[in-house]
Amino acid sequence: MNAKMMWATCVRVLQQLRGDPRSVALILVVPAVLLALVYWLYENETLPPGVPRTFDRVGLMMLGIFPFVVMFLITSITMLRERTSGTLERLLTTPIHKGDLLFGYALAFSIMAALQALVANAVAYWVFGMSLKGNSGWVVLISVLTAVLGVALGLLCSAFATTEFQAVQFMPVVVIPQILLCGLFVARSEMNTVLQAIANVLPLSYAVDGLQQIAAHADVTGDLVTDLVVVAAFVVAVLLLASLTLRRRSA
Amino acid sequence: MSHRAALPDPHLPPTTPAPAAPISASVPCVSVAGLTVHRGKLDVLRDLSFSIPEGRITGLLGPSGSGKTTLIRALVGVQRITAGQVNVLGRPAGEASLRHDVGYVTQAASVYKDLSVLDNVRYFGAMHGRSRADALEAVNAVGLTDFAKRRAQDLSGGQFSRVSLACALVSKPKLLILDEPTVGLDPVLRADLWTQFAAMAAAGTTLVISSHVMEEAGHCDSLLLLREGKLLAQLTPDQLRQQGNTADLELAFLRLIQADQQHHTTAGREGTS
Repeated sequence: MNAKMMWATCVRVLQQLRGDPRSVALILVVPAVLLALVYWLYENETLPPGVPRTFDRVGLMMLGIFPFVVMFLITSITMLRERTSGTLERLLTTPIHKGDLLFGYALAFSIMAALQALVANAVAYWVFGMSLKGNSGWVVLISVLTAVLGVALGLLCSAFATTEFQAVQFMPVVVIPQILLCGLFVARSEMNTVLQAIANVLPLSYAVDGLQQIAAHADVTGDLVTDLVVVAAFVVAVLLLASLTLRRRSA
Repeated sequence: MSHRAALPDPHLPPTTPAPAAPISASVPCVSVAGLTVHRGKLDVLRDLSFSIPEGRITGLLGPSGSGKTTLIRALVGVQRITAGQVNVLGRPAGEASLRHDVGYVTQAASVYKDLSVLDNVRYFGAMHGRSRADALEAVNAVGLTDFAKRRAQDLSGGQFSRVSLACALVSKPKLLILDEPTVGLDPVLRADLWTQFAAMAAAGTTLVISSHVMEEAGHCDSLLLLREGKLLAQLTPDQLRQQGNTADLELAFLRLIQADQQHHTTAGREGTS
């Protein structure tokens, strides 16, 4: 590993992104707008006194889900382009280490994810008055983690696609099941045993559980720490798998 | 196989590097022995053996589908090979330490379309620890200084492929391998590039350049003629003209192919009768 090559890759990915204002808007603006949509969706609900708003529950989970979806989409397409344009093969004939390339990508998108999380969280708290017992800094951290999870899965999935169309097809296969089973619609504890078992091995479930821990507890709970560690472990494992798909030699 | 048995041709002068040729004086930069590549059921390269001298331009010529790109990929070390040995600068091709010394320009320009010319060159330069000044120098060398800030995708086809070349030049490689670098370029630019290649060779860089345009062969110090995955001959352009009995390199190559084919058919008949 070489920090200079990793940094050069990070800068290069950010330069590419800068040339594409639409992608920047997708990352920075769209999650905040969607959050507003969720807010207005539940605007007219009537609640018995003392019951928290649905927006506080659903909106909070969205802060973990949006970065995951957006970064998965952007990374899988960017990496697919890298593979099909020949730049990947060319890069691998240079001294760059595979880790420099993957972590360069992860770093660049983490920076974007952090900005995204700051915008979305600011909107959630200050515009829509989302209330939490815990510290919102942890929510930002989870947003960044799920974004990096999306990056890692996007890098991996791009290896199994040959066109951009095929890359997008991984969305319903890899992303949507995780959204359905993460506890957004039905709590994991209320699912049947089969679905519960599946949900228990999907990383997004842990991110969502972590967000619920932050909402319910003022202090950092052991469960929150476990959730963070599990998601981080998934990220590292998926990045390692992705590095196996980068081959210097091919038939 | 009758193919291999039939290779030495008594009617043709020796096809291995002639001892009289000036190229034998230098140290080999690349040496290939028994290189064979199968892809599926296809024999893409069949038992190639040759060496390439240092500081010269070696042209790799042959019709499309003759295995030029596969051979180039084997030299770079990105091609999985079935049998044989490829040594570059005294080390096995593809070895990690060679990645600083070997530059590779693919047939299709492999650069980032959404980056500026300079950003592309700087990024590939960064892989070799090169500075911004080195990147500017490489951009200048391919005549794109005025376009340095332009995005690669906004350039014309010929300019675009020169960005790819600049990305290889920036590392200042000892061995520069180019796959059809002059395809789609106008005659003026092609001449410019060949002048530049000659200057690089004079400065000590070894160049391997593939082409399917025989008229470009005249710019090379030595030629590798490839056909259907076999090495038909390694010779200088002058030797090729002599053997083909014509000043036209394209015609000479065609005659060489015909002689080889005739030889095969007669050898085949002798084998069956």
